[in-house]
Amino acid sequence: MSLKIKKGSTAHSAYNLRANYGDEVETHTLAVLVDNEAGVLARVIGLFSGRGYNIESLTVAEVDHQGHLSRITIVTRGTPQVIEQIKAQLGRIVPVHEVHDLTVEGAVVERELALIKVSGTGDKRVEALRLADIFRAHVVDSTLDSFVFQITGTPDKVDAFADLMRPLGLNEIARTGVAALARG
Amino acid sequence: MTRQMIGAKMIVQALKDQGVDTVFGYPGGAVLPIYDEIFQQNDIRHILVRHEQGAVHAAEGYARSTGKPGVVLVTSGPGATNAVTGLTDALLDSIPLVVLTGQVPTFMIGSDAFQEADTVGITRPCTKHNWLVKDTADLAATIHEAFHVATSGRPGPVLVDIPKDVQFASAKYTEKKQVNTSHYQPVVKGDMDQITKLVEAIEKAERPVFYTGGGVINSGPAASQLLRELVDATGFPITSTLMGLGCYPASGKSWLGMLGMHGLYEANWAMHDCDLMINIGARFDDRITGRLDAFSPKSKKAHIDIDPSSINKVIRADIPIIGDVGHVLEDILKVWKARGRKTNTEGLAKWWARIEEWKKVNCLSYTQQGNTIKPQYALERLEALTKHRKDRFICTEVGQHQMWAAQYLGFEDPNHWMTSGGLGTMGYGMPASVGVQIAHPEALVINVAGEASWLMNMQEMGTAVQYRLPVKQFILNNERLGMVRQWQELLHGERYSHSWSDALPDFVKLAEAFGAKGILCKDPADLDDAIMEMLNYDGPVIFDCLVEKHENCFPMIPSGKAHNEMLLGDASTQDVIGASGAVLV
Repeated sequence: MSLKIKKGSTAHSAYNLRANYGDEVETHTLAVLVDNEAGVLARVIGLFSGRGYNIESLTVAEVDHQGHLSRITIVTRGTPQVIEQIKAQLGRIVPVHEVHDLTVEGAVVERELALIKVSGTGDKRVEALRLADIFRAHVVDSTLDSFVFQITGTPDKVDAFADLMRPLGLNEIARTGVAALARG
Repeated sequence: MTRQMIGAKMIVQALKDQGVDTVFGYPGGAVLPIYDEIFQQNDIRHILVRHEQGAVHAAEGYARSTGKPGVVLVTSGPGATNAVTGLTDALLDSIPLVVLTGQVPTFMIGSDAFQEADTVGITRPCTKHNWLVKDTADLAATIHEAFHVATSGRPGPVLVDIPKDVQFASAKYTEKKQVNTSHYQPVVKGDMDQITKLVEAIEKAERPVFYTGGGVINSGPAASQLLRELVDATGFPITSTLMGLGCYPASGKSWLGMLGMHGLYEANWAMHDCDLMINIGARFDDRITGRLDAFSPKSKKAHIDIDPSSINKVIRADIPIIGDVGHVLEDILKVWKARGRKTNTEGLAKWWARIEEWKKVNCLSYTQQGNTIKPQYALERLEALTKHRKDRFICTEVGQHQMWAAQYLGFEDPNHWMTSGGLGTMGYGMPASVGVQIAHPEALVINVAGEASWLMNMQEMGTAVQYRLPVKQFILNNERLGMVRQWQELLHGERYSHSWSDALPDFVKLAEAFGAKGILCKDPADLDDAIMEMLNYDGPVIFDCLVEKHENCFPMIPSGKAHNEMLLGDASTQDVIGASGAVLV
């Protein structure tokens, strides 16, 4: 299976620094290609906790069964210096093959999937179904007094839908975290 | 040719194929099959230490003094957890180690078995990489890969955890050359555009300084040679971190001495006032930089490091060069020579004139008077009586004595100075001296120690006596935790909370109890004779040198201050550390 990310584009991150090195906190989405071996996720998470970096979202799954490669998508926040340091530190981990900062490497598609349980009867139930239609959320389970909606989209869209569902009886939500790919 | 063998035999075979001649270790239930194999061969020498932490520090001493990876073998559970301090020490100082730990059999992992610990979990943040081998078929390849990872790129400690059933089971041995290590290949050649930029800066600089570190030593003896060539050809002044001492000779004409918190006045001022700082294999550690926003404000900074994460971590580099120091220095010399060996001689002459003014401050001066030995005097005499020995290796513990050793001893060659820099591990020096002496049986190995640090791993005297290692334990005994006491004086209103050592042993009797020689010296008039007695004794010596109890280590950049706010010995030390500096260590 071929992976549509260019090899090595941030391997020499120190050479690719942006000219202005501000103090503003930025959100970046990183794609990390790793050997799918025991403990590799612990290494990545341990790096973030040990060095005090933020994880907003993290997803991991095998993407190349034959090559035993997994792809970890991490959404993190920090100043540009911290973001550069996170990438360099990730690059030091032995089973890490590639680190890509999707946020600076060009246009990117980000998607998240959420399952949202909404309980209610009467008008509220009808309104939940109508809003779900607007958001193109699917009903994947239904009882007489509840729905489970499946929604996919950017994290913002999922947030917006969840906010709307709250007064209509939202009582449980499960989110996958962000998966992201460079466009084109 | 394929060879079938049991895991334990595979381990010994893999070590032989990696060129290992010495293993430091301690047996236990989970490594008995490996010890049985070691018993049945003569190619690899096993050194029995007295504590697993000692094994790791001894391996560090072996590695740092030879340039080869150190190898450690310990058992599961407490054997592995005792190794953790040594692993962390080696990680921070980039020392290549391969540590093999036994583990409970695979079918018992996770059952809280006797002497079970989650070794790979515990050591994940304190190794460069680690492996749990669950199948004997993978064992040999994993050990070969472990050596590759430990020694490639920025060196560091790795650990291989081997369950007992994996040691007993039989499988095909994987030869060293069959192992595919292609994916872990750190960049060693520097970017030529950046190197050219650096050469241009070298040609123009009026006030340049080389700031070198442990990376030069780790790169190998060739890197030190190239550095000497570059420094002597350009005539630029050079300073070094604690870890880099010896990469440029202390007798060299461009040498400024060590820099940093207890660095020399001229070195720190040169760093502060330079217009071009060339960092070669150092990492802008907080002991070096002092207050960051006042760190070398007028300079353009070049940073050569094999680890991309070191660059821009603390200080933003204007000219970043990722690569091995040896390779990069070779390219710098090539480009600089091809462009006509230019330097700004006029600017440089003025710069040296300023440096000479700073040198006149004579920041290491002290007064030896009366009947008490000053620790600085003890080291000056040690230096005078041993500096002719090309085969002199110095180890240290951690604290004031370590800084004085760095200030008052001169290092002419790389790999002759073993000290715990990054982690600051008290108890490092005694076992490290064992490892150095094992690697260099005929050499003069001296551990400059404080009595408090030395007690932390003094059990390794047993190892020294067992293997007839003539290590010299030169203890500057002030009956205090000297550096802690110094900070309490400067920062905590002279309230000396738990910073003295009561009930110290009689070190001469202690030496005799171990079967070594003990020497006590308390009078400056006797010092030379006593040192000569130590040097002339063919065996391990504990030298108890009673020194001034309240001596402070200067120069000192107080925490939270800048390089140009250094304290000298005669300065007032009242309230020198502000509230924001007080939270720093």
